[in-house]
Amino acid sequence: MGSSYLREAHITVKGFSLNKLTFTFVLLGLVILLFIFVPLFKMIVSSDASILWETILDEEVRDAIWLSIYSSLIATTAGLAFGVPLAYILARFDFPGKKIVEGFIDVPIVVPHTAAGIALLFVFGKQFFLGKAFGVFGIEFVGAVPGIVIAMLFVSVPFLVDSAKDGFKGVDPRLEKVARTLGASPVKTFISISLPLAWRSILSGSTLMWARGISEFGAVMILAYHPMIAPVLVWERFESYGLDYSRPVAVLLILVSLFIFIVSRAIAHRGKS
Amino acid sequence: MITIRELCVDLGDFVLENATLDVQNGEYFIILGPTGAGKTVLLETIAGLYSPKSGAVWLQEQDVTTLDPEKRNIGFVYQDHVLFPHLTVADNVSFGLKQRKKSKTEIREVANWAIELLGISHLLKRNPDTLSGGEKQKVALARALAVSPKVLLLDEPLSALDPETRESVQQQLQDIHNQLNLTIIHVTHDFEEAISLGDRIAVLAEGRLAQVGTPQEIFRQPKSETVARFAMARNIFTGEVKDGDDESAVMDIEGTQVTVVTDVRGKHRASLRPEDILLSNEPVHSSARDSFKGNVTHIVDRGSTIYLTVAVPPDFVCLVTRRSFEEMNLKEGGDVYVTFKASAVHVF
Repeated sequence: MGSSYLREAHITVKGFSLNKLTFTFVLLGLVILLFIFVPLFKMIVSSDASILWETILDEEVRDAIWLSIYSSLIATTAGLAFGVPLAYILARFDFPGKKIVEGFIDVPIVVPHTAAGIALLFVFGKQFFLGKAFGVFGIEFVGAVPGIVIAMLFVSVPFLVDSAKDGFKGVDPRLEKVARTLGASPVKTFISISLPLAWRSILSGSTLMWARGISEFGAVMILAYHPMIAPVLVWERFESYGLDYSRPVAVLLILVSLFIFIVSRAIAHRGKS
Repeated sequence: MITIRELCVDLGDFVLENATLDVQNGEYFIILGPTGAGKTVLLETIAGLYSPKSGAVWLQEQDVTTLDPEKRNIGFVYQDHVLFPHLTVADNVSFGLKQRKKSKTEIREVANWAIELLGISHLLKRNPDTLSGGEKQKVALARALAVSPKVLLLDEPLSALDPETRESVQQQLQDIHNQLNLTIIHVTHDFEEAISLGDRIAVLAEGRLAQVGTPQEIFRQPKSETVARFAMARNIFTGEVKDGDDESAVMDIEGTQVTVVTDVRGKHRASLRPEDILLSNEPVHSSARDSFKGNVTHIVDRGSTIYLTVAVPPDFVCLVTRRSFEEMNLKEGGDVYVTFKASAVHVF
């Protein structure tokens, strides 16, 4: 009954010496929690409600936040279309170099995002190959919404691929095999078995990707300073007018991001036994 | 009829070699083998879930070697049920019918038929994770049977069940097989399950088919030591077979001259089942029998039956009922006579 004794010790703090390590860890963990919580909390509570309201009424601010939201939504849709199939392949098949591919997917997370923006510019810029190719169809990236979308896609798609991959890995391949023997084609099997069973991971990966896209600054700024997404607007107001003018926009952006994040968490945890 | 010709499957760390089998229509066919022998791979290859490296699979006069699994019309049931967790019992059972684009009434009728057959009508609205092991296995069976498969492939269908449930599901399998005249290929590592269910048994060991035959053939005349061990012959000897008196043969096993019935001569192996050995406190004399005095060296109590090792030499593993064990007052270190028919010794 050692484990129940331990559990009791945790609750009653009776076996205090036994938990010295745990206690130290709690203290150290609190530092991180406060480090995250205090700045966000302080900024939200110290902002004047009337100024906040004024900011909401500011068309430039609303446009920027809206642009952030829908650009990221487009990026996420593209991520779903191209990333989910990749996630399925990575979850189901072993092939030479698979580890390299898996590592490669996560590279955008570790690359400085301004550098990522520069790299994208070298492919999607007007004088470069893809930029020219899309230019034929009248699609421009630099200083335009498509540029914002690809910048967001680049930096946030790893979150969706990784999450979807974990989701597919959690689906017993034999479920798919049984479905095949019962007469379902590979496509039917994917749609009626694999996808519904992995959807929770795909959905939480999507919302994470969406939220990550909304919060992106560096890569987007390099490709498209204008039209202005919310983080760029925060930066510009801070640079041009100082802290007092940038703060309400920042608060609004944080609230929007938090809302999306909380919704995503709620979806991911709903019904989990 | 299912015909498997020189089938080879290469899965990197596992290789199935040259499997050749004929399973008749309406036959209850058992593939018996230890864990890791390639039984599941063989079944999955028949179902089309693996492509063989070489060889062919024929199903009812049709070469299906390269046919997609969904076009083979084969029922597959795994050991741990593998029910679709996001679908109710009813939707699990009708899954295959829905793939066949049947009318709603037809789907309901056929699904009901399968549900009645397995006696699971009280479970229809339940989710798979709320079912017991036996219930899950019945749902998996109903799901496979609902599509009227040409053959039912069962991968260790009883192994995950508790003994009581196992017995009832086993009976149900037997009944369904008889009732529908269904061709079944059933994979198991359990010899007793194989003996009681199988019309014929194939023994698979280390990726090779060691022997195919009726339960009696596998039981009485194992062709190799692997099969003999798997058939739980327990007594496997090596010795020189020579001419005996009166056209009989004698096998020299560790210095003991054992009369056997065989045409072969030279160095061979022989198996003898524990239950074919009679133990007695007095010698038994008969021309058709071998009788030796030995010493009880080891006793394994299995409850209603008891295994004894008697050193003659060689060591004979013998089986007695608890009653005779107590009546004979057998003890470790005591002397006893082992007697068996010459024909009970199977030389191979």
